Amino acid sequence: MTAATLAPAPAAPPPTSTRRRPTVTAVLTWLVAGLFAATLLSVLASVIVTALSTSWGGGWLPAGFTFSWFSQAWNTPGLADSIKVTFEVAIADVAVALLIGVPAGYVLARKKFPGRNAILLFVLLPVILPSLTYAVQLAALMYRLGIGGTLLSVILVNLVPILPLVILITVPFVEQISPDVEHAAKVFGADNLRLFSRVLVPLLAPGIVAAGVLSLVRVLGSFELTFFVSGAKTQTLVVTIFGALSDPGGPPPALTAAMTVFYMAIALLGLLISLRFANPAQTLARPARRVL
Amino acid sequence: MAITMTDAQARAASAGFEKLSLRGVTRAYGKNPPALRDFDLELGRGDFVALLGPSGCGKSTALACLAGLQPLTRGSIWRDEERIDTRPTEQRGFGMVFQNYALFPHLSVQKNVEFGLAMRKVARRERQQRALAALRTVQLEEHAGKLPSQLSGGQQQRVAIARALAIEPEVVLMDEPLSNLDAALRIEMRTEIKRLYQERGLTVLYVTHDQEEALSLATRLVVLRKGRLEQTGTPQEVYTNPVSAYVAGFMGYRNLFPASYLESGAGREVTVSAFETSVTGTLIAGEQPVSGGEVTVAIRPEDFTIAADADKNAIKAIAEVVEFHGRELSVQARTAAGGVLHLKTDQSVVAGSNLALTARPDRVLVYQGGLDRSELDIEVGAA
Amino acid sequence: MTATPAPARMPRQPIRHRLAERGIDFSLLLLLPAVAVIAGLFLYPFIYGVGISFQPQAGGGVFANYKNFFTDSYQSGSILKTLRLALPVALVSVGLAAPLAYQCRRDFRGRKVVTLVVMLPITFGSILIAQGMPRVFSPYGWANLLLNDVGLPQANLIYNYWGTFIAAVLTTLPLSFLMMMGFFGGIDRSLEHAAATLGASRAARFWRIILPLAAPGILTAFMLACVEAFAIFPSAILVGQPDNQTHVLTIPIYQAASQNSDYTQASAIAIVLTAIELLILALAVFVRGLLFKGPATGGKG
Repeated sequence: MTAATLAPAPAAPPPTSTRRRPTVTAVLTWLVAGLFAATLLSVLASVIVTALSTSWGGGWLPAGFTFSWFSQAWNTPGLADSIKVTFEVAIADVAVALLIGVPAGYVLARKKFPGRNAILLFVLLPVILPSLTYAVQLAALMYRLGIGGTLLSVILVNLVPILPLVILITVPFVEQISPDVEHAAKVFGADNLRLFSRVLVPLLAPGIVAAGVLSLVRVLGSFELTFFVSGAKTQTLVVTIFGALSDPGGPPPALTAAMTVFYMAIALLGLLISLRFANPAQTLARPARRVL
Repeated sequence: MAITMTDAQARAASAGFEKLSLRGVTRAYGKNPPALRDFDLELGRGDFVALLGPSGCGKSTALACLAGLQPLTRGSIWRDEERIDTRPTEQRGFGMVFQNYALFPHLSVQKNVEFGLAMRKVARRERQQRALAALRTVQLEEHAGKLPSQLSGGQQQRVAIARALAIEPEVVLMDEPLSNLDAALRIEMRTEIKRLYQERGLTVLYVTHDQEEALSLATRLVVLRKGRLEQTGTPQEVYTNPVSAYVAGFMGYRNLFPASYLESGAGREVTVSAFETSVTGTLIAGEQPVSGGEVTVAIRPEDFTIAADADKNAIKAIAEVVEFHGRELSVQARTAAGGVLHLKTDQSVVAGSNLALTARPDRVLVYQGGLDRSELDIEVGAA
Repeated sequence: MTATPAPARMPRQPIRHRLAERGIDFSLLLLLPAVAVIAGLFLYPFIYGVGISFQPQAGGGVFANYKNFFTDSYQSGSILKTLRLALPVALVSVGLAAPLAYQCRRDFRGRKVVTLVVMLPITFGSILIAQGMPRVFSPYGWANLLLNDVGLPQANLIYNYWGTFIAAVLTTLPLSFLMMMGFFGGIDRSLEHAAATLGASRAARFWRIILPLAAPGILTAFMLACVEAFAIFPSAILVGQPDNQTHVLTIPIYQAASQNSDYTQASAIAIVLTAIELLILALAVFVRGLLFKGPATGGKG
């Protein structure tokens, strides 16, 4: 599925005849939307401007501008480590989630077997339940197993919300492929491996990409899970930033803001890639409608 | 804010309706080629007009424009002397039956049929009576309490028809209403629609890609091609005298092949060269072609006669596939050059036998110019 | 298993075939790793957590952790404070998102831009939002500068209930919007057309056709927003008043785990949180079952 919508007809041009005057409700709605967007963008902008400021008491703009915070942030020991850890965790988690989740989604979509509904329910729970309902127990378990604080534990805990997400996104994409396509491939001699690699994976490619990018975004922003298991050297970027923000004797706001700008750049990259390949509205709405 | 009509207003308004006209209607999406161009149509009271053509020819667009579901890029729509294309759909008062039925899934069958009456503020008791009466007409009264999902496809379509009829509209618009039904049901429903049309004196605009449906239902046929009107006339007229090779192809002239012009005879008679022989036919479209110029020939399968061998102007072909159709045989034959011809005959023919085919010149239609085979979605035989 | 010796009976199917009839074959192996991960990293920790919650670190009996939590009114009061926050946040998020999602249900020229703006909070997360809020909402921030210029009184919107409220709406609204845009868009367009041809004005089409069909989806979106808002955490600390007004349920968990290193207490409170969340979900399923739950298509399916 490309970035096009589901409707096959071309989008209608902007309405021209008089009866399409916008209603009062429509105007109000867009005003509220504008307010939301303004609030959101100003909140995000304030971080960027802070990162560029020399000092900023009150007033609309800072006293002066500088780029020096960025190089200072880059040289802060904790930050470079955090960025490295963030990348490692993200790549590992997304790769594993796709590798395990896509075949699992395929089986759940295609086969009927005893226990299928129970498994679907348990797949759904980690996605719906916020991470603090299980983050602490999971951390306790990691420490009990002796791997608490290691990179491995961070990778493992972040797998919990995104593996089910991959499965839930894969299922509707698999259902879209008629089983007859697979039957035809088998009749013409494809064994299971070739069926997967030559027929299913190419057809599922858009779904796999969508699932991959949505998981990536989720891992990058994942806080609670990582917070409780990470050690000083295995923190992801968000955990470092939270630490800086909540520590009254911590780094100056501009320095933390500079760190956050690094984080924003990475996350924004992920988002833009995702919008190129998939329409998140559909990708999230379809499994939601189906399952709920 | 738009106000819908009350039932009384609607009845008063419909008393005077004589004809609907579409004048120069054009509908284009952005910079794309228009789906409908300069389209004129007149729909008189009591007419059953079928819009016929392959997918993409603009027939559904014409219906949507008339219903107000799509705005016009150019042109206007009139109801007698009153212009209606500036009115929103909810104020036009046409009944419409959709290809996918469009029944409201959360309402019972009865509430579905009552919906239009509820919009017109008809009192509850009268609403119920009229809805049940409409359901009785389509023989679904006993299913009134069910949800649409509990009905079969054919039943759902009948509910959709009842819903459109319940508001007693001036005009009923039908957008390929039977194309989602299986073959046997389609024929049955066709007769139903014809019966309703005749019994209630409806005025219908009917969109279809099935020429059989169009021929059997309509009082007038309108054939569309790439957004333009190609031919309009009674079914008899269009069937016997298609104005172009495109229309001929649609009307069941299965034998469509290119040929070269040789010479003219008396009146519109022309002789063309095809299948290694010369064939005499009637020039329908185009003026004097140049010698050797390309023309298209159209012949109906039933217009072929199997001649005695002696006729030197007959087309020679070998029977390939013979299908038994009860009262006649349907034969597919191949000429020496590889061209495919279809014919119907009540003589006995065996696969592999040699045939010599002729046809009366007035049933051999010749059109100047070539034919784009892809336009019709059907196969055009090579000569 | 192969054919039985008695010639009069049909040979029994090999066991592999009999299992395949029920849907059990080798392809289920593809499912195994995923099941293992979810069982090992999600289900088991829950059970483990329940277990350790009954083994309090400081002693005092099996139920000590729970007793300590519920008898301390400051701690157990957090449940009510969370409710006071989560319900309004969910209501406002869904209430504001629904009309917008309705407007955006069909594609139009600016839809990509709208989707992008909506995706930003999801992409960046609540910590970034909380980080940017002081500069906007504090007494010296942009919002108050604007209010001053216009002549309106100062607004106290940060480091209190409202700070967390705003941050929560900013992060919850987008997901609600995307879900509901999907729901509204999934209602077959021909249903709206049919209603129009039957004389329904735009308002009638909305109240009589679209809303009844979208209602289950809207309810689901509301319940999910509740679930999400109930476990609010970083913004309660960063832009709220974690000691008092925004002392939400997640904070005792955090304090027990990272400040007191008492994972047994933390697990106990987390179990309480989970129980409440599951209650909300169960309520959602129950109420939804009472509403219409059919296909939102035209009936062809």
